[in-house]
Amino acid sequence: MSQLRTTTQAPATPGVAGARKRGALRALWRHRWPLLFVSPFFILFAVFALYPIVFSLYLSFHEWRGIGAMRPVGLANYSRLFTDRIFWNAMQNALLLFFIYVPLMTFLAVVIATMLHGGFLKLQGMWRALIFMPHLTSMVAAGFTFRLILDTHSGFANRALTLLGASPIPWLDDMWWARISLGLLMIWAWLGYNTIIMLAGLQTIPTEVNEAAAVDGASRVQVFFRITVPLLKPVILFAVTLSIIGTFQLFTEPYILTGGGPMRATETPVMQIFSSTFANMRFGYAAAMSYVYFVTIVVLAIVQFRLVSRGDR
Amino acid sequence: MRAGHGDLFVKGASYGALTALCVFMIFPFVWMLVSSFKPFPEIFAGRTFFPQEPTFANYLALFERYDALRKFWNSFYIATTATVLSVFLCALGGYAFAKFEFPGRKTMFAVMLASMTIPFAVLLVPLFVMMRNTFGWIDTPWPLIIPGAANAFGIFFMRQYMLSVSDDMLDAARIDGASEFGIFLRVVLPTALPGLASLGIIFFMASWNNFLWPLTVLRSEPMHTVPIMLNSLQGPPGRTAFDLLMAGSVLSVIPMLVVFFVLQRYLIAGITAGSVKG
Repeated sequence: MSQLRTTTQAPATPGVAGARKRGALRALWRHRWPLLFVSPFFILFAVFALYPIVFSLYLSFHEWRGIGAMRPVGLANYSRLFTDRIFWNAMQNALLLFFIYVPLMTFLAVVIATMLHGGFLKLQGMWRALIFMPHLTSMVAAGFTFRLILDTHSGFANRALTLLGASPIPWLDDMWWARISLGLLMIWAWLGYNTIIMLAGLQTIPTEVNEAAAVDGASRVQVFFRITVPLLKPVILFAVTLSIIGTFQLFTEPYILTGGGPMRATETPVMQIFSSTFANMRFGYAAAMSYVYFVTIVVLAIVQFRLVSRGDR
Repeated sequence: MRAGHGDLFVKGASYGALTALCVFMIFPFVWMLVSSFKPFPEIFAGRTFFPQEPTFANYLALFERYDALRKFWNSFYIATTATVLSVFLCALGGYAFAKFEFPGRKTMFAVMLASMTIPFAVLLVPLFVMMRNTFGWIDTPWPLIIPGAANAFGIFFMRQYMLSVSDDMLDAARIDGASEFGIFLRVVLPTALPGLASLGIIFFMASWNNFLWPLTVLRSEPMHTVPIMLNSLQGPPGRTAFDLLMAGSVLSVIPMLVVFFVLQRYLIAGITAGSVKG
């Protein structure tokens, strides 16, 4: 790339400006190797991310069915979006789902990581592998399997409950239970991943700290809440931030498990963007939706970060 | 720590809790497997846990009626190509950021990190338009290989890894007159092999299980990958072919489990790389 530039734009213009230009080109040439090495990323980024994002902004001010001419509509897409109940319902679902599974999952991950850490239990590697295994599964395969297990009439879950004398649960047929079922699938798929992150975090805490506390007569539970959790805070913060982004990006799990139902209770923003584009052919509207969605995630991530890291300084 | 009755109790409770949790983790796999050997009516009405008369019919039907072999080949081909290309380009970029000083390095690195925050859904619509109207790549493997080939996460990951490559070794190679690209190929890549393995597993897994983007760009049936094939077995309520679905799910999970148990160490190293000191 740099070579090309030297040959095409190096007409020797006399004077100071020319000398400076030549100096810059010489610097480029001198650093041609590292620049060449990082260029694939920046070329692909420009073509497949930057340009689409700009094009998408342009698209969001138009009405377009994917083919034919685009019709400029100004801010109409955005103004319609702000009163679009279905879209905001999907955003709200993502937020609800976040509160349903992320606190529980993060807490479990910290507890399990603490249990597995430092040779307290035997077979550490086996437990870790078994808890992590679901993360490798295609969410399409897992989604269908959960759908089969949680089927209200013939699923294994309700048969087991009936056998135990409990009444069956409308896992996928009730708005709240469907959200909980989706949360269960999320915990199943992501608990192992979070546990491994927490385990890595625990390895950075010096063991003397725990030992000193134990000598002072602190119980395991006290050590956990007073020492482990506070010291692990940066790692927990990292994991929760990933979970926020992950929850708002959800598509496959609800698409397969519930199809967004019942009554749109588990429909997510990405499902909305997808169906606006490919079912309703409203490309401009979907583009506007993507923008509002993106800004919302960024704001939420920042708010979360501020809330949790407040008082650290 | 102190040993005593309290400790023994905590230990017992921990083993109990872990066992219960692992049952929850493994049960869906078990159910997938036993259901895949049951005929369709038995999946819904059967009264026994294990199949009454185990049958391979579901697996056979998947290959005969849905050409599953081709879908597996598509998945495998795309995942392998995408992984090899991405790992190579990410190693190249990571090496440059770790071991070279060049103008604009800090800015470029910051731009790259910032790009990680762009959710894919934001790109879905414009990227699809681009694939269809500009490149004509619908129903080809390219949209699944090229756009993500050099990604920020991979470069960041490889950079962390390359920081530990010894400068003396690089300088020695330079004195011997090796070209910069030659040094990368013959000195840097071999020493970074464990890092490449970690990244490779993560990329392969992500590609193998990818759903939204292939669903968007692979429209015609012979081009489908395994997750898209499974999705296409879905029918109207009550008509979803759960018998074939479970067989296909089992087959789709097996390669990942094999990779996991053989290369577990590398995978876990890859996952934890970004979290501590990220």
